[in-house]
Formats: sequence, C-alpha cells, structure tokens
Amino acid sequence: MKEGNYIKLELPSLAVNEGFARSAAAAFCSQLDPTLTELGDIKTAVSEAVTNAIVHAYPDSIGTIYIRCRILAGDIIEIAVKDKGRGIEDIEKAREPLFTTGGDDRSGMGFTIMETFMDSVKVRSRPGSGTTVTMRRRIEKRRKGQ
Amino acid sequence: MTVQAKREGPALRLMLRGELDHSAAQGLWHRIEDIISYESPRDCCLDLSKVSFMDSSGIAIILKTYRMVNSAGGRLWIENAAQQPLRVLDASGIDRIIKITALN
Ligand SMILES: Nc1ncnc2c1ncn2[C@@H]1O[C@H](COP(=O)(O)OP(=O)(O)O)[C@@H](O)[C@H]1O
Ligand SMILES: [Mg+2]
Repeated sequence: MKEGNYIKLELPSLAVNEGFARSAAAAFCSQLDPTLTELGDIKTAVSEAVTNAIVHAYPDSIGTIYIRCRILAGDIIEIAVKDKGRGIEDIEKAREPLFTTGGDDRSGMGFTIMETFMDSVKVRSRPGSGTTVTMRRRIEKRRKGQ
Repeated sequence: MTVQAKREGPALRLMLRGELDHSAAQGLWHRIEDIISYESPRDCCLDLSKVSFMDSSGIAIILKTYRMVNSAGGRLWIENAAQQPLRVLDASGIDRIIKITALN
C-alpha cells in the first residue's frame, strides 16, 4: 500500500541542505516508479521551494524548513515545503515570471518553474508568520518495458 | 561545482561541472567573473555537458554571464545541455536571447 505513505523532514535553512532536500524527495518518489523526466521535474520544483525558504523566508537568520512528501490516491505525489519566515506580501505578484526581490542573484523564475513542472502549486502565506508551498504531480502509469 | 576554461580562438569555453543550485551559485559566479576578466575573450560558450542538475539559480548565473560578455560586445551561447538543465532553460524562456544546443 503506497497510498498514505509519507516522510517528514525538518532542516535548518542552510544552503548546503538544498541538495539533500531535493534528493530525499526524489528518493521517496521512486516507489511510484517515475520516469527520469518526472524525477528531474520533481527534484527541480523542490529545489526551488527550498531555496526560496533559505533565501527569502529567512534572509538574515537560520530558521527551520519543514518538508512533507506524501502519496495520495491515483499515484499523486504531494510535496509541502513550509517555513516560519518573513512571509509574502502579495502572492499573485510573487508568482509572476521574472518578479524577484532578490536582485540579480535571483532570476525571478522559481515559481514559474514550479508551476511548469508540477500539476498544481498552492501558496499560503502570511507576512511575519511564514509560507507553505504545496505542490502535486501525478506519476504516469507505465506499460511494461517502458 | 568546478569551472574549466579553454581558449578556442576568439572564444572562451567554460566547462561547468557539478550541480548548479543556489549553494553553488555564489562561488561559481566569482570564478566565472575572474576568468572572464582575466582572459577577456570576445565570445563565450557555457558548456553544460557535465552539469547534472540546474535550477533557477543557474538561470541567474547565465544571465549575469550574458550581461558581462554582451556589454563588452561579445556573444554568449550554451552548448551540450543535458535533459534536466534543458527543461529548466526551456521553462525560463532564456532561449529568446541565448542560443542553446542540447547534449545529443
Ligand atoms: N518562502 C518565501 N518567503 C518569503 N518570500 C518568498 C518565499 N518564496 C518566494 N518569495 C518571494 O517571491 C519572489 C519570487 O520567487 P521566485 O519566483 O522563486 O523568484 P526568485 O527566488 O528568483 O526571487 C521572491 O523574490 C520573494 O520575494
Ligand atoms: Mg526562487
């Protein structure tokens, strides 16, 4: 029974954890037998959400990032990345391509990439209390030998 | 993340290797900046054949490199992008200003 299976990770907002976070999410997804493309897409989306928590949520301090990956009915993988950081003033604006508050170190394409690579991306945020990004992607059933 | 530079006539090939994410980006940018100012090539090729992962932090690095090369009158292009970096490049729309070729 894969449905209902989950993992929870809690990590300090250190850049060195970005690689671990996306690899852990990808390893969890492997039980649904995804293609390399699906796995790459999920890894990329997780990397974007975790980087945002590190860079934007906790800009001048180290905070905690909470990641939950779980499997929903119908081979859907859900990944929630939560922080208790600065929060987002205007979510709609933050999601626009090229919008960034990070200067030329950032591209403003993080949310666009999450939206392109996942089936759905939900953002809940309150200034001063934090942000949760919840993403879902259905893993295609593969025929034998594919 | 490492960078290797190779002169090819008026162009400089920058061979990037590793995972290009936010944790790698700052160190990488300092090295690219150093190499380009020292070599001052006309054109520059970013060779991504050994980049196994890239996210939007890589897009920011590519754009900064593009602006540096472009402001000195040179051209920048990308070669040998593997599947995952290529999908990120495609999603970013960067191919409207930078020529990209995929790893075959
Ligand atoms: N977890 C977060 N906490 C606070 N602000 C955030 C968070 N995630 C995103 N943002 C805001 O949304 C903007 C857009 O994010 P994104 O599309 O990933 O682009 P980038 O990270 O390159 O700035 C950020 O510049 C930042 O202002
Ligand atoms: Mg981002």
